Amino acid sequence: MAESTSRPTRKIALIGNPNVGKTTVFNLLTGMRQKVGNYPGVTVERKVGRIVGDLDIDLIDLPGSYSLSPKSLDERIAYDVLIGHLPGETAPDLAVCVVDASNLERNLYLVTQVIDVGLPVIVALNMTDAAEEAGLSIDVKALEESLGVPVIPMVASRNDGIGKLKYRMRQEELPEPAERKWELMPVVAEVIPDLEEELKSHLPEKSRFIEALQCLTSDTMLESWLTRAPRFHARVLAVRERLEERKAPYRQAEIMGRYNWLSPLVARVAIKQKDPNQQTVSDRIDAVLTHRIFGPLLFGLVLLLIFQAVFTWATPVMDGIEAGVVGLGDLVRSGMPPSMFTDLLVDGVITGVGNVVVFLPQILLLFFFLGLMEDTGYMARSAFIMDRVMHRVGLSGGSVVPMLSSFACAIPGIMAARTLANPRDRLITIMVAPLMSCSARLPVYTLFIAAFLPTGAVLGIFTFQGIAMFSMYLLGTVMAFIAAFVLRRFVFKGESSFFAMELPPYRMPRFRQIIWRMIDRSKAFVVRAGKIIFGMSVLLWVLATFPRSNTPDEMIAERATIDLQIDTRADSLQAAGMTASNALIEAQVAMNGAIRTLDARESAYQIERSVIGRMGHAIEPIMRPLGFDWKISAGIISAFAAREVIISALATLYSVGDIDDDSPLLREKLKADRYADGSPVYTPLVAVSLLVFFVLALQCMSTLAIARRETNSWKWPAVMWLYMTGLAWLFSFVIYQGGKALGLG
Amino acid sequence: MTLLDLKPGQRACIQGWTTVEPPLRLMELGLLPGTDIELVRFAPLGDPIDIKVRGYHLSIRKTEAALIRIERP
Repeated sequence: MAESTSRPTRKIALIGNPNVGKTTVFNLLTGMRQKVGNYPGVTVERKVGRIVGDLDIDLIDLPGSYSLSPKSLDERIAYDVLIGHLPGETAPDLAVCVVDASNLERNLYLVTQVIDVGLPVIVALNMTDAAEEAGLSIDVKALEESLGVPVIPMVASRNDGIGKLKYRMRQEELPEPAERKWELMPVVAEVIPDLEEELKSHLPEKSRFIEALQCLTSDTMLESWLTRAPRFHARVLAVRERLEERKAPYRQAEIMGRYNWLSPLVARVAIKQKDPNQQTVSDRIDAVLTHRIFGPLLFGLVLLLIFQAVFTWATPVMDGIEAGVVGLGDLVRSGMPPSMFTDLLVDGVITGVGNVVVFLPQILLLFFFLGLMEDTGYMARSAFIMDRVMHRVGLSGGSVVPMLSSFACAIPGIMAARTLANPRDRLITIMVAPLMSCSARLPVYTLFIAAFLPTGAVLGIFTFQGIAMFSMYLLGTVMAFIAAFVLRRFVFKGESSFFAMELPPYRMPRFRQIIWRMIDRSKAFVVRAGKIIFGMSVLLWVLATFPRSNTPDEMIAERATIDLQIDTRADSLQAAGMTASNALIEAQVAMNGAIRTLDARESAYQIERSVIGRMGHAIEPIMRPLGFDWKISAGIISAFAAREVIISALATLYSVGDIDDDSPLLREKLKADRYADGSPVYTPLVAVSLLVFFVLALQCMSTLAIARRETNSWKWPAVMWLYMTGLAWLFSFVIYQGGKALGLG
Repeated sequence: MTLLDLKPGQRACIQGWTTVEPPLRLMELGLLPGTDIELVRFAPLGDPIDIKVRGYHLSIRKTEAALIRIERP
């Protein structure tokens, strides 16, 4: 009896339309005690928070849905959780429906469906301030009575009413499940009892009605019964045929029945005190932000400004972190005896951690701006403005959010594509999302743009480097559009997708929420990417250090010659009256140049024969036409773990064997690198070629892994890798060879 | 006439659909016969449109708007 010793636990599901503040309610209720995972077998995120007390509550945050009749994977999951269909997931004890008070009718539609599932329900009537502002006065008592469930008014963004909701959720006695009060049109209503009867041995009585109704209207819902209850399956098909013969609009019956009951109810409990057609503040803002000319202009400006800010504001912080990392490395080196372990610690571990932390300022800023767009409601407007363009290339405005999220990271972007109801739209969005420049590319862009492109200013506030950064993002975005168009045209042919998107009222951003989400997402990035980057930094140090090769005879001979020369010189200085130690130092200083050159050649020799060097050499013939030497090639190979790894790869490649204490920054080293004939390895043209390669190539194991999970096959990730890497090679080839032909080399 | 025959700012009442299989998603979102509807504006590039229905703003494409039969008061 292990259960009796632990505190009693109650399972509660949190459900609501999108944009009703459900996430705010969830965060306020559970604080930091959240666990994110996946539902078994599918890729929908399962977010559970725990409310600790006399009675522990596991609160499940269900995906935002307009309806329980599944039209997308998210809605299917919401329904399955509520009804207890998912394997290993019992039905919740209670459902809390978050409702937007200023938009009652549409929100209550979902509530009536949740009530029909047969669970006890509490309605969290959120955004009552917005309702008041819109001139609505809501009779909470009358609403409670009409629905038959408790209603708790609240303003979650101001933390109003959360305590009361928590109290109700905790109460020992759960509210009674409400009766179904709306009615189906008679011609459909009369066929339901028969279907319910067929489900008798499969479902408890309270949930048979909604399941029968769902199966009557939805093919995907019905399909799942084909093997479980073939009789029920056959019966539904027969009933459908009969209804079709009688021309009964049975697919619409549920919707009409619910709204016919809801419309008068809402008219009764929500009294309008202002003319509902009066222009609101939000309407007036929209008149400007979605204006024919100003709308797209402002949208472009917003994007440009975000990237300019991300690039320039973060720079001082990044410089500080960089200096700190170098300083720490020096400190460790000076405090420890020179050994291979010290090298590992400084060049592998400290550099590795530094390489994760240094780009955090930019990533935080980008997440902050994306959060700001989401929270104010501008994200939906961007989809509204862009839908025509997206539609033309075969996507929908709904793909804008997954694609914009991919600017942060393709992984949440690809996962966000689940909200697309149309499977073809979803697959195309997944296939092109990795072309959007993710935050992992940002460090690569930053390093090469800062090191190799001029700094001059254009038009006052914009710099060449800012514009170059913008161009990288633009190139990725344009290529994503072209790829989507080609995929739609030649791979996924067929009818265009359906589009219906809410334009929520603008609101003042709530910075607590934005910062919460920003930290949440950045944490995920640091944990996931950070582990890989750190691990790769150490692994790369190993790959760049081993196998050790013997120094070739000619270098040993050269070293002997130099030693001899130092001795000779010291001897002659001593003869001229200097002390022995001073003479030796003087002689060494004089030969410093020769020693350094030899050291560099020796370490180059070592790296070239290390595992990573051999790999770089192996693919150099393919990469040479793009302007990449074996070191860049080796860096590109290692960047497959995660794009930003190329930075630590190059750092390791360039700092291994470096005996200088005041090691210059990586960008200085890159600039100084020369081919055997003395020409620089990195010209601005090579930098551009490499930048473009990174814009287009799919070098990210995590993206492939998530694409495999979301599409449930290796086929699409394989296609994805091939087409993106092919594009990258082609574009870099054209740019480098074209640039050389134009004399830009 | 259909929703597309309205000018921005004009209101009408939904009568029904020009197709035998109306999009259920739109109906779930509250676009039913008898519902008042306003065409608020066209998107900057002409498509989609912003409509106001049951007190909230919804964006749908012109192809869907053409499915909605309306009558002006």
